[in-house]
Amino acid sequence: MKRIIFTLALLLPAMAIASTELHLEKAPTDITDKAALQEGAKLYVNYCMGCHSLNYSRFERVGKDSGMTEDEVKQNLMFTADKIGETMTIAMTKADGVNWFGVAPPDLSVTARSRGVDWIYNYLLAFYVDPARPFGVNNLIFKDVAMPHALWERQGLQKPVYETVTEGGQSHQVIKSLEPVNQADAAKAENYRKDVLNLVTFLEYVGEPAKLERQRLGIWVLIYLVILTIVAYLLKKEYWRDVH
Amino acid sequence: MNNLLTASLEWIDARYPLSQQWNEHLAKYYAPKNFNFWYYFGSLAILVLVLQMVTGIFLAGSYKPDATLAFASVEYIMRDVEYGWLIRYMHAIGASFFFIAVYLHMFRALLYGSYRKPRELLWIIGMCIYMALMAESFLGYLLPWGQMSYWGAQVIISLFGAIPYIGEDLAVWVRGDYVISDVTLNRFFAYHVVSMPIILLGLVFVHILALHHVGSNNPDGIEIKKQPKNEKGWYLDGIPFHPYYTVKDIFGVGIFLILFALAIFYAPEMGGYFLEKNNFFPADPMNTPLHIEPLWYFTPFYAILRAIPDKLGGVVAMGASIVVLFFLPWLDRSPVKSIRYKGMVYKLALFLFVVSFFGLGYLGMQAPTPTFTLLSRILSVIYFAFFLLMPFYSVWDKTKPVPERLTD
Amino acid sequence: MSAHSVTPSQVSPEQGTDDKGRRRFLIAATTVVGGIGAGFASVPFILSLQPSAKTRAAGAPVEADISKLEDGQRIIVEWRGKPVWIVKRTPQNLTELATLTGKLRDPTSEEPQQPAYAKNEQRSIKPEYLVVVGICTHLGCSPSYVTADDPSAKDLMSDWKGGFFCPCHGSFFDLAGRVYQGVPAPTNLVVPPHKYLSDTRILIGVDQDGA
Repeated sequence: MKRIIFTLALLLPAMAIASTELHLEKAPTDITDKAALQEGAKLYVNYCMGCHSLNYSRFERVGKDSGMTEDEVKQNLMFTADKIGETMTIAMTKADGVNWFGVAPPDLSVTARSRGVDWIYNYLLAFYVDPARPFGVNNLIFKDVAMPHALWERQGLQKPVYETVTEGGQSHQVIKSLEPVNQADAAKAENYRKDVLNLVTFLEYVGEPAKLERQRLGIWVLIYLVILTIVAYLLKKEYWRDVH
Repeated sequence: MNNLLTASLEWIDARYPLSQQWNEHLAKYYAPKNFNFWYYFGSLAILVLVLQMVTGIFLAGSYKPDATLAFASVEYIMRDVEYGWLIRYMHAIGASFFFIAVYLHMFRALLYGSYRKPRELLWIIGMCIYMALMAESFLGYLLPWGQMSYWGAQVIISLFGAIPYIGEDLAVWVRGDYVISDVTLNRFFAYHVVSMPIILLGLVFVHILALHHVGSNNPDGIEIKKQPKNEKGWYLDGIPFHPYYTVKDIFGVGIFLILFALAIFYAPEMGGYFLEKNNFFPADPMNTPLHIEPLWYFTPFYAILRAIPDKLGGVVAMGASIVVLFFLPWLDRSPVKSIRYKGMVYKLALFLFVVSFFGLGYLGMQAPTPTFTLLSRILSVIYFAFFLLMPFYSVWDKTKPVPERLTD
Repeated sequence: MSAHSVTPSQVSPEQGTDDKGRRRFLIAATTVVGGIGAGFASVPFILSLQPSAKTRAAGAPVEADISKLEDGQRIIVEWRGKPVWIVKRTPQNLTELATLTGKLRDPTSEEPQQPAYAKNEQRSIKPEYLVVVGICTHLGCSPSYVTADDPSAKDLMSDWKGGFFCPCHGSFFDLAGRVYQGVPAPTNLVVPPHKYLSDTRILIGVDQDGA
């Protein structure tokens, strides 16, 4: 009996490391950082929301959760919408998107939950110059992505550094890393990383706006349940003295 | 005050057998006094059933069973409805906890021979509940209308296509369309919120009636009803369910809710086991995700399906892996019920079965590779061998003598 | 569970008087703690039935343009799914309002059916513009607007000065939305919170500044 349980315990961690996908750098996000949320929201409406809607997210809620006043929200985030309770929709239709980019730019409301926060972080850092592509850029994380490098003016451009790999007698070139194309762009690198982090923090928040509330509420629920369990245990022990 | 209560009770009892039912099922239902850890999961499964119904009713109040609106309405619940996120997480995570409770409850029966005479029918009703629960969760999993909802349903319903002659027509009939579509979503919603809950409630009711008719088994596998009664009319090793097991179960509920709350508030996705990443992509009938896997509670059977290199064969094997459980009461021919008095052969067999179940569960989540497929086949053979060889090894097994009275 | 066996006589709920009190206390404690938990647990479920963020956004204040409204005319705007009427009353209408006092149930608008800034004889901010929710205070039908010169006015009441008639149960209201006596509707029509953004634009759903 004990052995069975022991074996089960051994099997569990094996299941936990089930599938490891491509290696991603961890995004050091902190959704309690309101400045990062505000900065990320501004970047989002300025650089992303031309094409990517946040159909399930409301301006009012974003403002409230990131600590902006109603006026700040109207000034910084709302360019076309007129009511603060509205969702963050865009005017571009799916058909327009297909016409212009080949695929419709997806809504990003829950992308932080589908692709993952780390994926978006790495993706936004992985654009590089590739003249073969329609918009002149390609991406290491999402090969041949249809999206142009929307944030290029903040990052500048990166070019690939190749290395030669010999595999089974055949050698071919693979991209080892990316580096800025010139000094000016190199100077932007640190700021751009911060921009991307803010943006990703915002998208993580948008993916699950209730996350902070969930974690706050959870503590109280657990404290209560522990008390209930202790009282129930004492009651059980008291009755079971009859039996033992 | 007391007089009024007594009078009211008399009034009711003359018209409805309230006291009688209270006594039959609680106050004078005698359960063996040595229930251990494994005996919490029946009452916990009932608790989860109730939670699923309550949260489900509230979710159905905001959800839209329409292919163009379903995904958005789930996000609407998660964001716009007050505490919608909590109710939705309770329901989605509750499904996984339901299966955890039911699997442990079923494993208890394997340990202590709770399916043996006179509890064969009790076991069969329980198996019906298990199958109804699988259907219920499968139907419910389509409703969020994410990529996994869509393609999971597509794959499972396509299994009907393996049935000779009528298969394809049957699959179309089940879907109401040539692929999973709005029509399918609409009817699955109806089954999920109306038909299956009624069936489940009915089966659970009958399960409890059957249990209380034959009496509970126990870790020793001794029939306490065969013992004499004491001067109070109690069986010697029996104690009234109420208050002893009611207070014990309340404690069990407390522990269970702590674990449940930890998942809801701090790990709702549980690394993709409770809520899959791919299901946050809206359903797209034009693009299949690279890797389709069912939720963890179906993966052992899914692995058996994939282990067989033939469509019909795979479906038959998967069906058989569940159906074989129905025959357990007649496959086990050991002279004793409980593992406590069974010999090494049975213990080894059960151990191998557990390994195969977990192993298949793991393999069902992995992308198929030649090694994994070979492993799945080996484990599938072990899985079936546990049941099909049971009539032989349970007889050969060297059992220990069973005492007259409970041992602890 | 301990390993020693017990004789059934040891198993008795009425055992030992000294732990009866402890037992009663623990039952009470569990009941109270459990009850409090059940109470708190019901809160999210009850709150979830409140209007959602989407509903509240849809119920946001609405703007009405009254620049084209002529004497005696009415426009209807939707606010929180209800019809809100804006009627431009003539000077004659306004003088006639005073003459109806004896026929009305609440001529001075004592019942809180309007914001304080509309508690006056005309029940409005600007005398000529009536802003009311077009829902009968009886059982929620929407009354019809019947002017004094309407051909059907005679059938309603002799000497009809214009107002509103609810077809469901026959309640009458005057041009200030005040209810007549002897009809089923208990109170005057509701004046919603509203304010003038300019001479020609009214915002419905928000109180006047300083109110």
